[in-house]
Amino acid sequence: MTSRKIVLTFPKEKIDKPIVYKLIKDCNLVFNIMKASITPDQEGHMVLELSGDHSEIEKGIKYLKDQGVAIQPLSKEIKVNWDKCTQCGACVSICPTEALYIKDRQTMEVAFDPEKCIACELCIRPCPPRAIEVHF
Amino acid sequence: MAKTIAEINERIKRGKAVVVTAEEIIEIVDKKGVVEAAKEVDVVTTGTFGPMCSSGAYFNFGHTKPKLKAGGGKTLLNNVPAYAGWAAVDLYIGATVSAPDDPLNKIHPGEFAYGGGHVIEELVAGKDIRLQVEAYGTDCYPRKHLDTWINIKDLNEAVLFNSRNAYQNYNVAVNLSDRTIYTYLGTLKPKLGNANYCSAGQLSPLLNDPHFKTLGIGTRIWLGGGIGYIAWQGTQHNPHAPRLANGVPKRPAGTLAVIGDLKQMNPKWIKGVSFVGYGVSLNVGIGIPIPILDEEIVKYTAVKDEDIIAAIVDYSDAYPNGKPDVLGEVDYKRLKSGEIEVKGKKVPTSGISSYKRALEIANDLKEKIKRGEFLLSEKVADLPAGDSAPKFKPLKERPAKPLDFARGKEGK
Repeated sequence: MTSRKIVLTFPKEKIDKPIVYKLIKDCNLVFNIMKASITPDQEGHMVLELSGDHSEIEKGIKYLKDQGVAIQPLSKEIKVNWDKCTQCGACVSICPTEALYIKDRQTMEVAFDPEKCIACELCIRPCPPRAIEVHF
Repeated sequence: MAKTIAEINERIKRGKAVVVTAEEIIEIVDKKGVVEAAKEVDVVTTGTFGPMCSSGAYFNFGHTKPKLKAGGGKTLLNNVPAYAGWAAVDLYIGATVSAPDDPLNKIHPGEFAYGGGHVIEELVAGKDIRLQVEAYGTDCYPRKHLDTWINIKDLNEAVLFNSRNAYQNYNVAVNLSDRTIYTYLGTLKPKLGNANYCSAGQLSPLLNDPHFKTLGIGTRIWLGGGIGYIAWQGTQHNPHAPRLANGVPKRPAGTLAVIGDLKQMNPKWIKGVSFVGYGVSLNVGIGIPIPILDEEIVKYTAVKDEDIIAAIVDYSDAYPNGKPDVLGEVDYKRLKSGEIEVKGKKVPTSGISSYKRALEIANDLKEKIKRGEFLLSEKVADLPAGDSAPKFKPLKERPAKPLDFARGKEGK
């Protein structure tokens, strides 16, 4: 059992096809949609975490490519620039996955757990010192 | 048993003063009681670090040859307008000013990536700042254009002068509407999606001396990492806010105007910040020492987060429309737990003022006093307090007609 995070880019003529569904049915994969942006007549984007047997993941990715979906590994990474961070905590009630959290309720220290981050970027603009960065 | 500030300063000079933070005094008073604590402790240090929009800096950049009068002209610092409406080469830059070509909120919510607060931070950090002046030229000040780099080390004076800082308590902001709103208390998610508060609570300077018994005009303070002074009461200073039995106001109350030498300050404590959809601001670090003159004062400084109550206010309607409605009250211990309850709903909380940094300030001030680097000062005059203090009023609008001004008419 392995898991892999990938970014899917759907050509605009394919966005009305139930492509992702077949990953479950034919490849026996578990997937978690971390982010999706699908608009009629526009290119669609989705960030998926695929979990399953290594060979099934390879099969699923080949299937997606055959359907004309461009695949890239998720290399987008959210980083906190701790030199810029003012430790206010404005981000913690914005973050949907508690990746940004208060580590210690005595000192109110703000911390970041990259494992929990889904790179949704909701925290980027609400951070007053703009200390949260997106790295590609 | 009462002490004087002069006696405490003698102890500081001899390295004998007992100095603790506003967090540490809580346990001392709990364990030993106010009588013992007042005898034992000489100074309690407080701290706060948060966005303080009514802040700014003035400086004198030195005369050019031939001379130029920026006053009456247009002046930019890193493309951000500075106020030059006085004599030749003095400028004031406010924390919230944006560049003339900033899109502001034209595409809502605006970014406000750079403005006055950031210029002040970069100035403090010792970075070169571009100064552009368009003047109109006079016989005594003939020069009309200037475009040069300046640096804080070359300025004649550089002074932080903030008209309203260190608010004594503040609102907890929530959003009852069905869309996200963007405020100076951060991004508020719809339908009570989050609650943002902004005070250092038990560490906050004015909450540790709620009736301004020890601090006043002339009090020496820790400002932006350097030394500053309380210059005056801050604007909107309102000691009439309703108070708890411990003297702590339940609504925004007292404020301070503070002043200090920008050249001594540190960009860690004078930091430009951007509130999406609202504007630029400046995070300011302030620490105030409270001399423990008697038992009453030590009791005030032992105030705990659970003894400080703030009002929950809807920033989608009540706040912008000036309605007095409050959705409830909550203490800072609960706010710092990460979740409060509003209208029966569990709401996650965020601080906008940094408690961790406030604690660093209180500790830094404590160490400076213990090392004898920071002596306490007597206040020169009291801040307005009690029933006789002026009341904070809203504007009473008297709409002017377009021709009134041209005819030299005064309003009635």
